[in-house]
Amino acid sequence: MAWLTDAEAKAIRKTDIGPPHFGQFLPPVLKKNYGKWKYHERIDGGTMVHVGESGDKVFTVRVASPRILSTETIREMLDIADKHCDGYIRFTTRNNVEFMTPDEKKVDGLKKDLKAKGFAIGGIGPGISNMVHTQGWIHCHSACTDASGMVKAIMDELFPYFDGSKTLPAKTRLAMACCVNMCGAVHCSDIAVVAVHRKVPEINHDLLKNMCEIPTTIASCPTRAISPDPAKKSVKINAEKCMYCGNCFTVCPPIDIHNPENDGVAIVVGGKIGSLRTGPKFSKLAIPFLYNETPRWPKVVDAIKNILDVYAKNARKHERLGEWIERVGWERFFSLTGIEFTHQHIDDFTFMRDTMRTSAAFKY
Amino acid sequence: MSKKYDTPLLDELEKGPWPSFVTEIKKAAKKSEMANDELGQVEKSYRTKRGYWKHGGIVGVLGYGGGVIGRYSSLPEEFPGVAHFHTVRINQPSGFYYSSKALREICDIWDKYGSGLTNVHGSTGDLVLLGTTTSALEPLFAEYSSRGWDLGGSGSAMRTPSCCLGQSRCEWANIDTMEICHQLTHKFQDEMHRPAYPYKFKIKVAGCAVDCVAAIARADCSIIGTWKGKIAVDQDAVKAYAKGGMNIQAEIVDMCPTRCMSYDGNALSVDDGECSRCMHCISKMTKALKPTGEKGVSILIGSKAPIVVGSLLSWVIVPFMKVEPPYDDLEGIIRKIIEWWDETAKPRERIGEVIEIKGMRGFLEAIGVPPVPQQIKEPRKDPFFFWKEEDLTK
Repeated sequence: MAWLTDAEAKAIRKTDIGPPHFGQFLPPVLKKNYGKWKYHERIDGGTMVHVGESGDKVFTVRVASPRILSTETIREMLDIADKHCDGYIRFTTRNNVEFMTPDEKKVDGLKKDLKAKGFAIGGIGPGISNMVHTQGWIHCHSACTDASGMVKAIMDELFPYFDGSKTLPAKTRLAMACCVNMCGAVHCSDIAVVAVHRKVPEINHDLLKNMCEIPTTIASCPTRAISPDPAKKSVKINAEKCMYCGNCFTVCPPIDIHNPENDGVAIVVGGKIGSLRTGPKFSKLAIPFLYNETPRWPKVVDAIKNILDVYAKNARKHERLGEWIERVGWERFFSLTGIEFTHQHIDDFTFMRDTMRTSAAFKY
Repeated sequence: MSKKYDTPLLDELEKGPWPSFVTEIKKAAKKSEMANDELGQVEKSYRTKRGYWKHGGIVGVLGYGGGVIGRYSSLPEEFPGVAHFHTVRINQPSGFYYSSKALREICDIWDKYGSGLTNVHGSTGDLVLLGTTTSALEPLFAEYSSRGWDLGGSGSAMRTPSCCLGQSRCEWANIDTMEICHQLTHKFQDEMHRPAYPYKFKIKVAGCAVDCVAAIARADCSIIGTWKGKIAVDQDAVKAYAKGGMNIQAEIVDMCPTRCMSYDGNALSVDDGECSRCMHCISKMTKALKPTGEKGVSILIGSKAPIVVGSLLSWVIVPFMKVEPPYDDLEGIIRKIIEWWDETAKPRERIGEVIEIKGMRGFLEAIGVPPVPQQIKEPRKDPFFFWKEEDLTK
């Protein structure tokens, strides 16, 4: 197909029209029962039914997505949606794909065709749905590890918690951010991986003086580690103050924070979003550093598997990972998981006064 | 296109039950030289353990300052197909629903102008098209916009609002999240497409406190559905849950954070005045429990990821507000919030950070919201508080 010419493009382009109204994309059963749903039930690890006040039902089958999708795979999904779901499809906030039908008799055929095309069915109920993640080496300048590859390795291992063959005390939300910018906002997940740097960035002074605005660069540093270096018409970094956030690199690329030998990932745990039972929580540091071991990060996978296993064995029903830790105490979390406690675990940045123990009651 | 690179490391990521992004890139590479070189560059990253993308340059479509993120390989001679590899954000429909006809059309246009690789969807909510060239942007935008699709937000602008699927398929939704999201998106088109804010501003709309769209952690303005009436109890359904094996005392009553429920082995009762609307009991006994009475929104402000001085969760500002289509009421308060932020912030300061620096009082007064105990977890602990002249005369 030929590209539009400039004149053709100018003739048809529109601006500020906003997204199309969702009404035209809703399956008829959803349109009819909009705002009048009565309840829903999980049928199995990848299937649920919603029932309306009218008695109408809609069956939903959920499948995994690697988030990066080729148009070819999307068309394979649409072929199945055309055959079984009246030509409608939906995606979830965690990047999974949902196929819906009001007809219970169609569910088996739908699942059969999804399986035949290699789609993995699951993600519903007290288990693991999908791992929210960022772009990584696929597409981001700031990535200090890959996101998609690590997620693939982790989800391969945790697949029984996705397809429903194993369950957990409560739903467990996993996430992965390939740098501390955390585009995926992984900071409130049950278990999240965040890639971190550990070395002060190196400055290319020749490039810096031509590419960067020095006051902006100095202002970008949250710990005031950057000061002017007038002789070089550049800046210098106080290594004792730098905590490797990379914000200077974002505003001034010649300050290179990447260091393949020393970059890796941290694992944080115990966050949640919902207000159910206890308030939303940030995830807190469990493991300060693991090396980037391409292509399958075996130590990261093992570490997450260990945390999940200990949680599954010890938490009460409906208790999220963070709620379980709050009940048993962090000292118990470290003893049960066998994770080593280090200087990095104690907050010496901004929140020490809120995070040190101020009570004489604790466990061994 | 024929196979261009050996990718022994990435090939390891085609094994196992979880769907493989490598398989997706390879599928796209059969038709696209860009996807082929993407595969080669990522394999190199797996070998050297570092990325090869430059900072985004300024590219876009005529009249817009956002919606396209420039991306260039730092190795254009080695991987010419990804010398330009820009991202295009297409504003998703509320709830991420599509007809196959519409989504096929999106794919067909993308195959013509880009790599054939997508994210469905990106973190903020847009349908993300990964990898095209500067020269493709204008014709690509003309094709999409003429078929009813517009670009989402990027840069220091209103970012593409997003929502949970709300009343379209969920009995818990107290508000019409999808219509609110749709209307707000249309009201803020200029602010989305022409970045003029100090930094990014995100809006997310969740139907209840379960918050499936992570509004409370990922949006500068978190709009969360809530109610003011009682929880209606269907005692027959309660009996059915008990019969089905649910330990109502342990799983429901004892896990209620305000201990406002009781169960005598037969009937479940709720002391509605003490309920904090956390959603635990309703989510576990959805057939038996239902919120009733007045429905509306809570508005919370300020959440963000950790860059730079630490992450924030959104703070309750307006505990309850009734909203009506076309949601001029919500638009009004959001515009007041943004106006205060826009006048007060330095570049690259999110609204939560600015409130921390400037103080909550100034913010609340600017948007005309009184102080109420629902906004806080506890009152201040220190004796260092400010007084204004008008406070002294009271």
